[in-house]
Amino acid sequence: MSEEKTNYIEIVTRGIWKENPVAYQVLGICSALAVTVKMSTAVVMGIALTIVTAFASLIISSLRKKIPSNIRIIVELAIISSLVIVTDQILKAFFYDISKQLSIFVGLIITNCIVLGRAEAFALANKPLDSFFDGIGNGLGYSLVLVSVAFLRELLGSGKFLGFNIIPQFIFDAGYQNMGLMVLAPGAFFIIGLLVWLKNSLPGISKEKR
Amino acid sequence: MTDLLSLFINSVFIGNILLAYFLGMCSFIAVSKNVETAVGLGFAVIFVLTVTSPVNWIIYHVLLAPGALSWAGFPDLDLSFLKFITFIAVIAAIVQAVEMIIDKYSPLLYATLGVFLPLIAVNCAILGTSLFMVERNYTFVESAVFGAGSGTGWMVAIVSMATIRNKVKYSDVPKGLQGFGITMIIAGLMAMTFMMFSGITL
Repeated sequence: MSEEKTNYIEIVTRGIWKENPVAYQVLGICSALAVTVKMSTAVVMGIALTIVTAFASLIISSLRKKIPSNIRIIVELAIISSLVIVTDQILKAFFYDISKQLSIFVGLIITNCIVLGRAEAFALANKPLDSFFDGIGNGLGYSLVLVSVAFLRELLGSGKFLGFNIIPQFIFDAGYQNMGLMVLAPGAFFIIGLLVWLKNSLPGISKEKR
Repeated sequence: MTDLLSLFINSVFIGNILLAYFLGMCSFIAVSKNVETAVGLGFAVIFVLTVTSPVNWIIYHVLLAPGALSWAGFPDLDLSFLKFITFIAVIAAIVQAVEMIIDKYSPLLYATLGVFLPLIAVNCAILGTSLFMVERNYTFVESAVFGAGSGTGWMVAIVSMATIRNKVKYSDVPKGLQGFGITMIIAGLMAMTFMMFSGITL
């Protein structure tokens, strides 16, 4: 039992750090960039994606012996979109403001390569519970990148953290200005590029394939 | 007419689907290593977008929108929550159909575009355009123009990126930044240049 437990922990941590889906496998960057102007949207998006990936992997893995391989993509897409519809309805019902800000990006979880990528690469070949934890790990890895990008963009772009001003007034008086570039699209590209640089320079991490 | 032209220009440059809304990034990074494949994929995306956007418009407004089913006797029915699954099914079906039609009637075109078509079904730019079309309440003609414009914008972005990456191959990029890292930085610089267009009004 304890051995199984460490196995699950290993599957989860692999997704978060060692084989991080955004930085290592270059998956799912579409939405990673679009929802990271503010922390709150990034956190909600991360949670939504983690849940969808985990359950999509669980369901697809449980059905893996029943799905004919030539129509598997469409079956996987149907499962994923049903989960996304449920997530979208829940967000609309309980977090209406944030769901308005996320606009179409909740729907775009369907085409987020992480969900389909994990289904194809892991869930089709592994046991349901393993796949579930693999989904959680990859979802958390994605959230980690999302939240760090959002943290930098919100801090540098509007001087806020989760909507509160945290840069004291005397710094502004001394001539500090918010960096408008960070709120706009190019800022997201630059931050992701620099984060990847940082990650590749840290020791003990599998290098990105070229 | 000028409205449509301005919508087209707007979706190609100012609201570029890739550089301003980040849609279709995955294939943008993966396929931009080579100019010819980038051009091929670009044309395939333009084609599929121009077809799927109006088709999804019809399906949304005839079947899914709130009150759309009043012709069938259900005036209070609101099926708009089904739009995700419907749109993705329509896109997958159209991509499959386009692939078969091209294969039958134009083997030459199939040889160039064929490999890219399956990739397109899961390209977020396609689904994103359909969802934007609903969100922004475009009319039928506008949705077609918006689809074509987004596709063109995507192609402009991926082809210029492929050309730039060809040049970058010969430059001295810091080790950790090679590959994905430098591509993102270039994309950022491109996004900045595209923002210059935002002063233009027609």
